[in-house]
Amino acid sequence: MSFTLAFALLLAFSVGVWWLGRRRASALAGGERLHSLPGYYGTWVALWTGIPAALILLLFLTAGPRLGEALIAADPPAAVASLPSETAQAFWNDAQSLARGEPTTAIQWTPEQRAALEQKAEQARQYNGFSAFAALALAGVLALGGFLLAWPRISPTLRARNQVEGWINIALMACSAIAVLTTIGIVASLLYEAMRFFASVPPLDFLFGLQWQPQIAMREDQVAAKGAFGAVPLFAGTFLVMIVAMCVAAPVGLFCAIYLSEYAGRTTRGVIKPLLEILAGVPTVVYGFFAALTVGPLFRGFFNWIGSWLAEGPLDPLGQYLMAVQNEMALTAGVVMGIMLIPYISSLSDDIINAVPQSLRDGSYAMGATKSETVKRVILPAALPGVMGAMLLAISRAVGETMIVTMAAGSQARITANPLDSVTTVTRQMVELLTGDQEFDSPRTLAAFGLGLTLFGVTLVLNIIALRIVQKYRQAYD
Amino acid sequence: MTDARNLPSRDLSEKRLKQRHAAEARFKLYGQLAIVIALGFLVVLLARVVQQGYTVFWTHSITTSVYLDPARIDRADLEGNNFDYLAAQNLLKRLKVQDDALGLASGEAMDLVSRDLGYRILGAIKDDPKVIGTTLTFTVPVKANADLYYKGEIERSTPETDRKLSNRQLDWLDRLEAEGLVRSHFNSDFFTNSDSTEPEQAGVLGAVVGSALMLLVAAFIAVPVGVLAAVWLEEFAPRGRLSGFIEVNINNLAAVPSIVYGLLGLVLFINWLGFPRSAPLTGGLVLALMSLPTIIIATRAALKAVPPSIREAALGMGASRTQTVFHHVLPQAAPGVMTGIILSLAHALGETAPLLMIGMVAFTPGLPESLASAASVLPVQVFIWENAAEAAFHERTAGAIIVLLVFMILMNATAVILRRRFEKRW
Repeated sequence: MSFTLAFALLLAFSVGVWWLGRRRASALAGGERLHSLPGYYGTWVALWTGIPAALILLLFLTAGPRLGEALIAADPPAAVASLPSETAQAFWNDAQSLARGEPTTAIQWTPEQRAALEQKAEQARQYNGFSAFAALALAGVLALGGFLLAWPRISPTLRARNQVEGWINIALMACSAIAVLTTIGIVASLLYEAMRFFASVPPLDFLFGLQWQPQIAMREDQVAAKGAFGAVPLFAGTFLVMIVAMCVAAPVGLFCAIYLSEYAGRTTRGVIKPLLEILAGVPTVVYGFFAALTVGPLFRGFFNWIGSWLAEGPLDPLGQYLMAVQNEMALTAGVVMGIMLIPYISSLSDDIINAVPQSLRDGSYAMGATKSETVKRVILPAALPGVMGAMLLAISRAVGETMIVTMAAGSQARITANPLDSVTTVTRQMVELLTGDQEFDSPRTLAAFGLGLTLFGVTLVLNIIALRIVQKYRQAYD
Repeated sequence: MTDARNLPSRDLSEKRLKQRHAAEARFKLYGQLAIVIALGFLVVLLARVVQQGYTVFWTHSITTSVYLDPARIDRADLEGNNFDYLAAQNLLKRLKVQDDALGLASGEAMDLVSRDLGYRILGAIKDDPKVIGTTLTFTVPVKANADLYYKGEIERSTPETDRKLSNRQLDWLDRLEAEGLVRSHFNSDFFTNSDSTEPEQAGVLGAVVGSALMLLVAAFIAVPVGVLAAVWLEEFAPRGRLSGFIEVNINNLAAVPSIVYGLLGLVLFINWLGFPRSAPLTGGLVLALMSLPTIIIATRAALKAVPPSIREAALGMGASRTQTVFHHVLPQAAPGVMTGIILSLAHALGETAPLLMIGMVAFTPGLPESLASAASVLPVQVFIWENAAEAAFHERTAGAIIVLLVFMILMNATAVILRRRFEKRW
């Protein structure tokens, strides 16, 4: 709360300083010609006043509490040192909650632990009070100091505009850096947590193991049971669903693109493209709902019906199998995912086909080829690399898609090529592992990061290859 | 001159021409078929959602009078009284049904009226204890299963063991309706309530507010950062290895699965920086990181579309590069930038997977109090309700999807209108 106030004060102070600086510059302008417009002088002073102080406050708000916790936990009292790590964590949390006057956990501490808790809470309280005071004071000093340093330097010869533009340039660069920092953040956080997972499960067992039974890890004595975290069934399931999805999306999406770019007139395009964009804008959770409550029951009904036809005939085993087919089959998730990918593939391929130079078409028509022959013999071969890139991007999306498989694919991990079987996928398992009530440190939870790292790696490679291809292809015709 | 008509090759070529034209027609048909399939899916998808969800927009209320028997109400412990039971007995009396010794009949009657009734009676007594001994009249929603029966989704023809309501309960419901105590009306509760364990009281308001807060946080961070980053990359960055690297980076980030952003949020914001779980603040940050690349890409495209002549004119008049960009180029690109921002935020609005990773699956009744308190958001609400066992939640799932789609279509329509009306063709 005091920090909101501090920010508000800082803002008010900076605005006041801006106004003062502008006024002073305007006053100076009477004598000599100013280098910049008066407003730039105001902004320059306000930046020196506000930015360093604001950065200090922000730094303290994000890093301060963690630093405090680390400091307090640096020398654990004897009563805590012997506790298992989870209870010790609860102890530290309680100490912090106590210091902030918040309710603590329900754990009953022994008298000596209680005493240690009180002592640590007192320490934390002292640290919190001191650090908050220090941060506020430092921010105040910086704001005032910045102002006092900048103020006397306002003069007609000061290149205020260039200075302000220097600040702006730094801000712009910082914003671009965030994009790079995000990548670094993803890689660092996934690697860090995945390493903790691989400390209990060897990476090779994870990548090549054929058994996926994460629930085993709930029992203390079987934490590192061999084969329990073999991810091959998940990869197989993901692959199967992806193949089904691409079987639906690739032909339909590609033909949509061909029709839109080669056959459809202006008005038809104007109507169909926005409609496809709506299909692309439907949230994946809606596709999941559609898969679970419409497509799943529909397919099951269809296959059960065929099964009842075949049963007790020459194909009895097949009939029996079809009659037992469930809602949650790979086919359901795959087909719905394919529907989701149609507009994606269509719009990517549409761009790529449009980039094929008109001269190639004209040449083909001049030789007497029909439209379809032009498409098949000239345009598609020319656009092939680009189309392949689009397909790879679609595959990468299919692999990383979560909600459809979470709502419509099964949870049994098995290796099969039969789309009527229920399979589970990498993303579905990640959701299952991380939405449980497990301790964060258990291998079961950490396994999600092993899966996440694999998923990130696979999609990254696919994306890099695909984007490379698409870019090369664009350059070829630019 | 040879007479072409007599040559055998003429027949052959005509035959081939016919084949080629047939192939042409077939190919065109495939294309049309693909379009029909894609649009057919869209129609079926939307139709199914509407068909499953439209019933949520009206509901049934029952008007019942309750005699607050002083002998049955413990004044010392008001909260401990079972007012639902009292009301159910009143209802039975009204229906002229004798309760059995075990209270089975009143138990079944209790299952017809929303538990809201008990709270309403309690509230009335708390407001004014003098009402004890009088008869009060309340209008409350019927229980979800009774509502489903009135809407025809639970049918009498199903065997009694397979449906949620007994024959006796159905008889009572019919009689209540015949006596005019049950009224069907617009379901405003669905829009003014938040999530609840009782389907008839569950609404989307909490989720709508949560979504709005989260989108605000995401927009507040992603829009300035994304636009400024794009401006730097497009207008200021020296063309070289660094900007090439950043560009590849951003293109890759745009294609990273959204669930990975959820993992990043879980580790970075919750575990390392100690942000609250399941809060709009944390969710907004994750969505901001997720929509950043798309905003950057859209803004760059819009900036690229501004012709160099604008820049040259401004520079020629003595403006600095910064002034050129911020006073001339960016305003010219604004419609394109806005369109990109809205589309990317609309996408963020429907995103579910990363929010599951940061603990948004928890049941959260009531409205979020602040950015840092637990909240529910629309797509996650859909996911939670879809998983619920009660049949009555299914129509609510579809209803929430309709609300979500309405918001998305509004945002997309705004983007399209912006693009159509303000985008300049140079």
